[in-house]
Amino acid sequence: MRAEDSISPIVQPEEKQYSYLNLGPTHPATHGIFQNVLKMDGEVIVEAESTIGYIHRAFEKLAERRPFYQITPITDRMNYCSAPINNIGWHMTVEKLLGVEIPKRVQYLRVIIMELARITDHLICNAVIGVDTGALTGFVYMFQQREHVYEIYEEICGARLTTNLGRIGGFERDFSPKAWAKIEKFLKEFPEVLKEFEKLLVRNRIFMDRTIGVGGITAERALNYGFTGPNLRAAGVDYDVRVMNPYSSYEDFNFTVPVGTQGDTYDRFMVRQAEMWQSLSIIRQAIDKMPAGPFHADVPDFYLPPKEEVYNNMESLIYHFKIVMGETDVPKGEVYHSVEGGNGELGFYLISDGGRTPFRLHFRRPCFIYYQAYTEMVKGSMLSDAILTMSSMNVIAGELDA
Amino acid sequence: MESSKTDAIISIIRQEFGSEIVHIEQPYQLLTITFKPERIIDIIQLLYSHNELQFQFLTTLCGIHYPDQNQIAVMYQLHNLRTNQRIRLKIFLSADQPQVPTLTGIFSAANWMERETYDFFGVTFIGHPNLKRILNVEDMIFFPLRKEFPLEDQTREDKNDALFGR
Repeated sequence: MRAEDSISPIVQPEEKQYSYLNLGPTHPATHGIFQNVLKMDGEVIVEAESTIGYIHRAFEKLAERRPFYQITPITDRMNYCSAPINNIGWHMTVEKLLGVEIPKRVQYLRVIIMELARITDHLICNAVIGVDTGALTGFVYMFQQREHVYEIYEEICGARLTTNLGRIGGFERDFSPKAWAKIEKFLKEFPEVLKEFEKLLVRNRIFMDRTIGVGGITAERALNYGFTGPNLRAAGVDYDVRVMNPYSSYEDFNFTVPVGTQGDTYDRFMVRQAEMWQSLSIIRQAIDKMPAGPFHADVPDFYLPPKEEVYNNMESLIYHFKIVMGETDVPKGEVYHSVEGGNGELGFYLISDGGRTPFRLHFRRPCFIYYQAYTEMVKGSMLSDAILTMSSMNVIAGELDA
Repeated sequence: MESSKTDAIISIIRQEFGSEIVHIEQPYQLLTITFKPERIIDIIQLLYSHNELQFQFLTTLCGIHYPDQNQIAVMYQLHNLRTNQRIRLKIFLSADQPQVPTLTGIFSAANWMERETYDFFGVTFIGHPNLKRILNVEDMIFFPLRKEFPLEDQTREDKNDALFGR
């Protein structure tokens, strides 16, 4: 539409005029690179169209040239708010393909890490919902806690954001006493902070007015759109991969699956909030029940031998060389494995032709699938509500574009 | 228990679409059925609405390129959330001009998944409301996940693939 058309004084009263707004690709309120072209009637969104792909990095193509262990760092960069879940999900996919038996201790350690990752993922999302409603305090307060979780990761694997955590078969080393101490410290301090954060927002009149009934979706539509994770549970469907298809010994722990009723922004916030409490309880149970045993499975074909043995032992040297060069044989097969990621069912569909790299690797990224409902969810709502809807869906650009 | 459940599913599908089934297998306990491509949407509609099947959740959809057979496979993975039963359906299309009807009439979720498959493999989904590239730039003229597009620059001479077992 040309500018002079819109300021033309002769406007037929029955002829409605719309304005078009480019929300993004780089907009401070969208927390990532998303473009939405909005057709606006005043402040109300009449129609929206999303454009994605601004940080597409062709991970599925990259994976076709990499040995299995080199794909782990790729998975980091999908949902970078909960990278360890992606890493461990990928390791478990390969282990399923190889048919490796994983020791109980490794499974419990993995549960601790994955639940810590879930907490960081949810706390960022919830803190950002607070920011978008105008409450910056909670955000700063919560981010301090994320820092503590990152220190735990650092103690375990040496990295913070893109963790490359663990190996196929287990962990590169056992948790150090310092790591355990940090986990204990976090478990002691975080509930207080979380409680205070809840006091700030949960029954806050302004927050409730801004979020209740905003960006809602019915359970039927959510299922039809392939929603998973907290967004689906907020709509009232209790689908959780951890419960329905337990992996990594999740069946050993007692926890509930929180569900909402309206599927709106407030419910999504509350479901994530409740899940953080459940995660804390799972971590506590895992620590209390922690079995003794090795911290990695016995898979010499994939798990690097200790350095001393590489220097002093012929077999270890051979294994080391074969692993690093990616020369170990894998079975032919087709395997799908999914874990409950921060945003829902994170699936890995792997076809192996027996070569050193996957023949085809497809990532089921929950964000990519549910973000397409966004245009439908914001139709008829105000512009400021569209911002809130997006942040409460926790759309992570890295996972969206892969 | 498990096998009787899958047997029941197979027998229902066989009753209605017996002539469409090409191959049935169960890699890693996941029922995988290969169909002829022509009536795939009718088959998924049956899986969706049949009382005993109710596969009403589309988990994922993707393409696979088999350069040796000059074929592109489209894989649909459905999930029955009530009985926790998963099923994988596959169809094989010619890689020269792959065409298949769209699934968006049954699952809204298929919209972007099909656009992604079109973007990377060039599969045309007939009847799709908005079939254009989604992750790649719009003026791209090839389909990058097909095997004939090498990842690395093939003109490089400093890397000898044979030394790396490729």
